Amino acid sequence: MTLRQILVPLSAIVLFGVFWEFLVWVNGWPNYVMASPSDLPPAYARYWELFFVMGWQTLWRTVVGLLLAIVFGVFLGMVMGFSRTMRDALYPLLVGFNAIPKATVVPIVALLFVGDHNFNTILIAFMISFFPIAVSVSIGLSTLEPEYRDILASLGASKTTIFWKIALPKTLPEFFGALKVAVTLAFIGTNLMEIVSPHGRGLGALFDSGKTNSDYPLMFAVLIALALMGIVLYYVVVALEKIFAGWAERSPSY
Amino acid sequence: MSENLIEIKGVRHAYPTKSGPLPVLDGLELSVPEGGFAAVVGPSGCGKSTLTRLIAGLMKPDHGEVWLHGELVKGPKSTVGMAFQNPVLLEWRTILQNVMLPLEIVPTKLSKREQEDRARKLLALVGLEGFEEKRPSELSGGMRQRASLCRSIVHKPDVLILDEPFGALDAFTREDLWQTMHKVKAEEPFTGVLITHDLRESIFLADQVVVLSGRPAKTQYVMDVHLTGDRDIEHLYTPESAEALNILRHQIQIAQGRTDAEETAT
Repeated sequence: MTLRQILVPLSAIVLFGVFWEFLVWVNGWPNYVMASPSDLPPAYARYWELFFVMGWQTLWRTVVGLLLAIVFGVFLGMVMGFSRTMRDALYPLLVGFNAIPKATVVPIVALLFVGDHNFNTILIAFMISFFPIAVSVSIGLSTLEPEYRDILASLGASKTTIFWKIALPKTLPEFFGALKVAVTLAFIGTNLMEIVSPHGRGLGALFDSGKTNSDYPLMFAVLIALALMGIVLYYVVVALEKIFAGWAERSPSY
Repeated sequence: MSENLIEIKGVRHAYPTKSGPLPVLDGLELSVPEGGFAAVVGPSGCGKSTLTRLIAGLMKPDHGEVWLHGELVKGPKSTVGMAFQNPVLLEWRTILQNVMLPLEIVPTKLSKREQEDRARKLLALVGLEGFEEKRPSELSGGMRQRASLCRSIVHKPDVLILDEPFGALDAFTREDLWQTMHKVKAEEPFTGVLITHDLRESIFLADQVVVLSGRPAKTQYVMDVHLTGDRDIEHLYTPESAEALNILRHQIQIAQGRTDAEETAT
């Protein structure tokens, strides 16, 4: 990581903040229309304890939901990638499930498992984020060129060996691409549940209480905190991708 | 059963399609003695790749027999090496690791150290010394094909199956690789079957050229090639070569159903 790689995005963020402040100032927007960046530090200072507690709740539930989505999504992708019949059977079901706006599922789940707030939140984060993983893994596996299989099959290698040595590593770039999408989706899922469910916890609940108390700077502070957490998780995925699928990145000289 | 290492007898095969079975092979015969190198040429879509899959044991023919080393082929054997037009190197492995891949599947007595030495030796033989730790994406098409070639012979297979390995290369790179093939054959003797569209390639590399008819393919013509000693590209420009190429071209035309005789008849 060079200094340039840090400075460029950092100055972009600073410029964005300045622009935002300017926009609020020049339009003379009051706080209840649009909070400005200068309102945020006081909000953080007042509620910093809540931010840590709630932020942690949001984070761990998102990560657990995401991990479940990875396990289930990879499994589903494998089933659909290797079997044509399963692919034909499951695709419409999966697409239909994904087409349902999750905001409508949230109240149902909240009622179904009323009181299990952690479970509900993880469930929604999971439900919203496994789809891209399943699809990308299944496409990665089903589009494996037959020659790759033949190379090992002609030596008498078993299906499992072919999966571990070729099919799995070959789908890793697609998998990580999907995981980047899934990370942000999982955050949406967590917050939907936190906002909607009564007596919720996490940053979503903090947002909701800001709304009830007309504390607009607090609401914006939550948004920014969510954005920060999203960025952190996203870059964790990028780092993992570099480690496990770094080979897929072409060097520019060729 | 015979002294031939590869013996294909009366093979018939059809693929099921929507409009009934599509016969691709019908009456295919092929015999390659130990150490022999047969080139199979024929019109496109005549089932040449099906032939490679039959020899490798990746599929079974509807009728007829495929024998390797006096044994009826019933399934994949570790004694086969394959290389395709697409080098299919694993991009997450280095070139050296790619070449060593078959040794991870095939039972071998070599120690890890010896395996690596063997892979390095082969890479040096095809002129890839110094590229062992590179990734496939850092190599040119011709170099990737060289690495693929090393991988196909690293486990000392009884039979080497080459399915148009040079088809996607430019003319000069292809001729370089032809020379490399001769070098490899001298150092690492193998029995081979080469599928190709290139008649010059067939007579330059092989000692037997088999012409298949159009679909469904049967063995239409077999030519023994007697180019002398270590072959040079110049050998392709001698009168004998020109004559051999002429005969083969004529046979291909017959296979395509485009002979003069037939043209006047229709």
